[in-house]
Amino acid sequence: MADVSLKSIRKSYGATEILHGIDLEVKDGEFVVFVGPSGCGKSTLLRIIAGLESITAGDLFIAGRRVNDVPPAARKIAMVFQSYALYPHMTVYKNMAFGLKFARTDRAEADRRVRRAAEILKLTPYLDRKPRDLSGGQRQRVAIGRAIVRNPSVFLFDEPLSNLDAALRVNTRVEIAKLHRELNATTIYVTHDQVEAMTLATKIVVMNQGRIEQVGSPLELYHAPRNLFVAGFIGSPRMNFVKGRVTAVTPEGVRVAHACGETLVAADAGHAGVGDTVTLGIRPEHMSEGEAEGLRLKGQVEAVEHLGEATYLYMKLTDGTDVVVRAPGDTAAVAGASLTIGASERSVHLFDAEGLALPRRGEAHPPRAAVA
Amino acid sequence: MSLPLRPRRMAVHGALLLYTLIAIGPILLILLNAFKTRRAIFSDPLGFPDGRSFTLIGFDSVLEKSEFGLYFLNSLTVTVGSLALVVVFGAMAAWALTEYRFRGNTLLALYLAIGIMVPIRLGSVSILRMMVEFDLVNTLTALVLVYVAQGLPLAILILGEFMQQIPRDLRDAARCDGVSEYRIFFSIILPLVRQAIATVAVFTMVPIWNDLWFPLILAPGDGKQTVTLGVQQFIGQYVTDWNAVLASLTLAIAPILVLYVLFSRHLVRGLTAGAVK
Ligand SMILES: Nc1ncnc2c1ncn2[C@@H]1O[C@H](COP(=O)(O)OP(=O)(O)OP(=O)(O)O)[C@@H](O)[C@H]1O
Ligand SMILES: [Mg+2]
Repeated sequence: MADVSLKSIRKSYGATEILHGIDLEVKDGEFVVFVGPSGCGKSTLLRIIAGLESITAGDLFIAGRRVNDVPPAARKIAMVFQSYALYPHMTVYKNMAFGLKFARTDRAEADRRVRRAAEILKLTPYLDRKPRDLSGGQRQRVAIGRAIVRNPSVFLFDEPLSNLDAALRVNTRVEIAKLHRELNATTIYVTHDQVEAMTLATKIVVMNQGRIEQVGSPLELYHAPRNLFVAGFIGSPRMNFVKGRVTAVTPEGVRVAHACGETLVAADAGHAGVGDTVTLGIRPEHMSEGEAEGLRLKGQVEAVEHLGEATYLYMKLTDGTDVVVRAPGDTAAVAGASLTIGASERSVHLFDAEGLALPRRGEAHPPRAAVA
Repeated sequence: MSLPLRPRRMAVHGALLLYTLIAIGPILLILLNAFKTRRAIFSDPLGFPDGRSFTLIGFDSVLEKSEFGLYFLNSLTVTVGSLALVVVFGAMAAWALTEYRFRGNTLLALYLAIGIMVPIRLGSVSILRMMVEFDLVNTLTALVLVYVAQGLPLAILILGEFMQQIPRDLRDAARCDGVSEYRIFFSIILPLVRQAIATVAVFTMVPIWNDLWFPLILAPGDGKQTVTLGVQQFIGQYVTDWNAVLASLTLAIAPILVLYVLFSRHLVRGLTAGAVK
């Protein structure tokens, strides 16, 4: 059992506070991914969990034990670094076995673990090589191997794939997912690649400027982002935002006037009243050419990107708002054309003036069904 | 990599070649003439020794008529002793100063940096007084102490610079692996700054081996002279015996040359490493 529990963790460097009170529960066996823009404090938080940074305020528990002042090696964690951080003067074998020497693992057992890890990671032929004689992907696997052999209760990954090329990244991502299923160890993984976040995570933690914006399963975050930041951060291309104004609050929902007309959004108005500015959020993949039941927008196509299975239309609405539409691959739209686009009412998100999402009707509790 | 020899490049190469000749010339001259008869030294100073002019008489007289072996041993003891201490303490101090934040860290680093700028010879009088006080005059210990003080600041600077370039992740990985701070230093940091250590070793060793000043004022007594000092006395004794002087110089150059060759492979890499990514 290795739950990780963070209670109002704060971190300051000198007078600047980097983390402003982080509360988080990671359950045993979970795969938690921290995402967020560069500099938001993901690595700092991970390093705090690893014990490589001191905690300014708050408490950190691993497996029920308060570990604020416990050195990294005694926390039963293993960390994989973005730069691999292999010992350059040691062979692959020694790199993996080095830590075991200090954990008082007996030699035969250490050897068995290293060979087993090498087998899992397909590193057996390279055990006698130095890291400089390996490819980037192989080095990354050695780094993972070094973590595995320690039998940690918690795996920590800091952007482990960001130095790999696209194909290798997909491969290694699948490997990591497989590994997590086999070892079933609690895993905390930092990335700013949201595809990695969506595919690997059982739980995503979206961070921004030293705060947690939202915690949830990938689909929760996708379908029910709590605020504009999360809505814009999860999903690619990012969600379109259209400014509007509340014209009426009815039992069916909120009527919103925008550049291209008026739309009824099935949402609870909460404290939003008539006349308030609001933001409509629509994902590119939920928009289509032509008229639709719910939301209707008009604009001019500025650029067209053909990806084969889909086409991205970059449009400017009549009020100057930029909008991206994911159209079918065989769309006839060309740059310069005027176009009407639509989205079903169900796929429109509504955010109040502060950027907080207004809960959608019938979805007081965000959908959990899709989370296996 | 073959680049076309443009005039500019040729001028640069010419200048470097000239400098090399000027630098190596005296050494070659010493080596050549150490093996020649006195007559040949004066009649043909630039010629190679041949069948008629070749002689080892200089070496004979050096080894027989003086305590050259003792001088040599003294020099070796002092140089190797100082070198070892400079490298060990220099590396430790550099690591402490670069890796750990503690009160007075910056002040200490600054204090040591000043040591590079102020020539230690300025303190000769106080050093001599101090050595008298501690009863260390005419001991090799006095020399070793002074040379360690002389070599440490630069060693700390160079090693610190290299240690700073070791990625932080590497030390962190080791900490996660449960490696103690001592082991991190000895098993990971030291092997990685090997080249810098070679650089420091050469920069430390050469001035110590060649120094005349401190042996002269701190340990001029019988039985404690170093080679440089011993040779000086030679010149007094055998002022006309150039064979002996050249032979002793040759013998004095030899070990430093050997050490240099041993270290130089690392040295060149050490000087350029880190200049480019
Ligand atoms: N040693 C330090 N001293 C002062 N500030 C620091 C230090 N380390 C990190 N920071 C600051 O803390 C903030 C968070 O850094 P962190 O490395 O955690 O970001 P990150 O989310 O991992 O970003 P990235 O995605 O670019 O890796 C940054 O603004 C950074 O400048
Ligand atoms: Mg980071």
